[in-house]
Amino acid sequence: MKILTACSTGLGSSFMTQLNIEKALKQLGVEDVETGHMDIASVTPRSADVLFVGRDMAEAAQGKCDDVVVLDSLIDMNEITAKVSDALKRHGVALPTQQ
Amino acid sequence: MNGFMSVLLDIFRQPSVIVALISLIGLWVQHKKATDIMQGTIRTMVGFLVLTSGTTVISNSLAPFGDMFKHAFHVQGVVPSNEAVVGMVLVKYGSEAALIFFFGMIVNILLSMTSRFKYIYLSGHVAFYMATMIAVIFEVSGLPTWGVLVWGSIAQGLIVTVSPALVQPFMRDVTGSDEVAFGHTSGSSVALGGLIARLTRSKKHPSKSTEDIKFPKGLSFLRDTTVIVALSMMLIYVVVALCAGPTYIQAKLSNGQNFIVFALLQGATFSAGVFIILAGVRVVLNEIVPAFKGISEKLVKNAKPALDVPVTFTFAPNAVMIGFISCFIGAIVGMLIMIACHTTIVIPGVVSCFMTGAAAAVIGNSQSGVRGAVISSFVSGIAISFIPLFLLPVLGSVGLANVTYSGPDFGVAGLIFGYANKFGGQVALIVTVILSVVLFYIASVLLTRREKAKKAGVDSADADGAAVTNA
Repeated sequence: MKILTACSTGLGSSFMTQLNIEKALKQLGVEDVETGHMDIASVTPRSADVLFVGRDMAEAAQGKCDDVVVLDSLIDMNEITAKVSDALKRHGVALPTQQ
Repeated sequence: MNGFMSVLLDIFRQPSVIVALISLIGLWVQHKKATDIMQGTIRTMVGFLVLTSGTTVISNSLAPFGDMFKHAFHVQGVVPSNEAVVGMVLVKYGSEAALIFFFGMIVNILLSMTSRFKYIYLSGHVAFYMATMIAVIFEVSGLPTWGVLVWGSIAQGLIVTVSPALVQPFMRDVTGSDEVAFGHTSGSSVALGGLIARLTRSKKHPSKSTEDIKFPKGLSFLRDTTVIVALSMMLIYVVVALCAGPTYIQAKLSNGQNFIVFALLQGATFSAGVFIILAGVRVVLNEIVPAFKGISEKLVKNAKPALDVPVTFTFAPNAVMIGFISCFIGAIVGMLIMIACHTTIVIPGVVSCFMTGAAAAVIGNSQSGVRGAVISSFVSGIAISFIPLFLLPVLGSVGLANVTYSGPDFGVAGLIFGYANKFGGQVALIVTVILSVVLFYIASVLLTRREKAKKAGVDSADADGAAVTNA
């Protein structure tokens, strides 16, 4: 599966969120999940399975992807890990480190 | 043998090769697989070439703009656009800029390892833009290439460590923690705006938070950089074209094409150029930033990542809109003052008003609600209209190219280093760099000492910012 992040220019904060999501995936022990980041305008429904955006992009992200996840904070690792883990479950990816 | 050497030199003089080598090193220290290293290195090189080809697109649309503006108003009009100016600098000083960017990251790590300012600047794109300006300023001074690289990298490393430190006292109020810092070239004016918002805070009539306001929906197109750049540039081109008149444009510039159609297309072409350059920057940074992040996390204990403006947006999305509008009004006021004073005219840059204004408003809101947000971003708007004006004389031939850097930190750094060179030559420039390093460590030691004396408790956040501002 593929997780994508987006911001207005697709340069700074989407990239950081992507790196945070990769960190979360590592913590969860999940491999084989593709990640990426781009500018919100270039995202199409086929770009990814799940699209992660910040609260400020929630409106702009509507309809861009079947599964849009809105983050309250781009830097809160607890929130990111929880929401990534939920997204993985929704898409039927097994979590090896699940207690 | 001589022929071989000159071929080798030709290769290494190519900025795309230098950048590719930097990412090769970055991928190698991350212990990536050989195929990943090869893939990443080639992608970086191609990304850099994409970036420079975007420049051609932008220059082609800016040349007629400059002509129209001069014909209409008899003064020079300058568009503040980082993407545009960076592209032009890279054509001339690409290798120097790439190396200053790379060594500047290392200086950033060293400075944060050895001082209390543990900020790792992860906004690679603006750091890269900053490196291009440093390359120009130090090249203009006539230093030998190694001198440009050594002193330029130290200056670059200082700027990216100090800028987040200035904003951190306010970032703590915004995020409610000390985990993350603000890394963007609007840092200095955001800190100034935050300070003014704090000073104008009223106990009698406290202003409510921007987040208590309900905004109309449907402004989401403003999140699309391509659209806002295209719309604003088309508008600017059409206004200038109307002032220049159809006769001049159709005879001299558009080859007979209707002048309004010509203006609209040139405005849109500018946005196309920005789009291409951003795509190139994205590819280049994808390979380099993760390595920098990984290395700094290993080397610097308690490192705080300094991140791009949108990180603050999630804390106060409403302030973003207020900030953009208020900053833009500030920039227009600035432009009107320039028109009245008959100086070169800096046209308000929509993208920088959006980024700088939004950040200033989020910070201002954390200090004193709506009033703070409006005041802070308005001040930033005035700052971003005037700073590019003072920057023009220190950029050599780049300063005459109808475009300039947009962002307060470019101005502050440019004023300090550029004017040191302008008035004192190479010696003053080097002395300024050394002095800045000394002041940096003095500030670090003094703050640590004061903190110890106070024995925690009292708001050390305020001390942090104040002393750095004085330095």
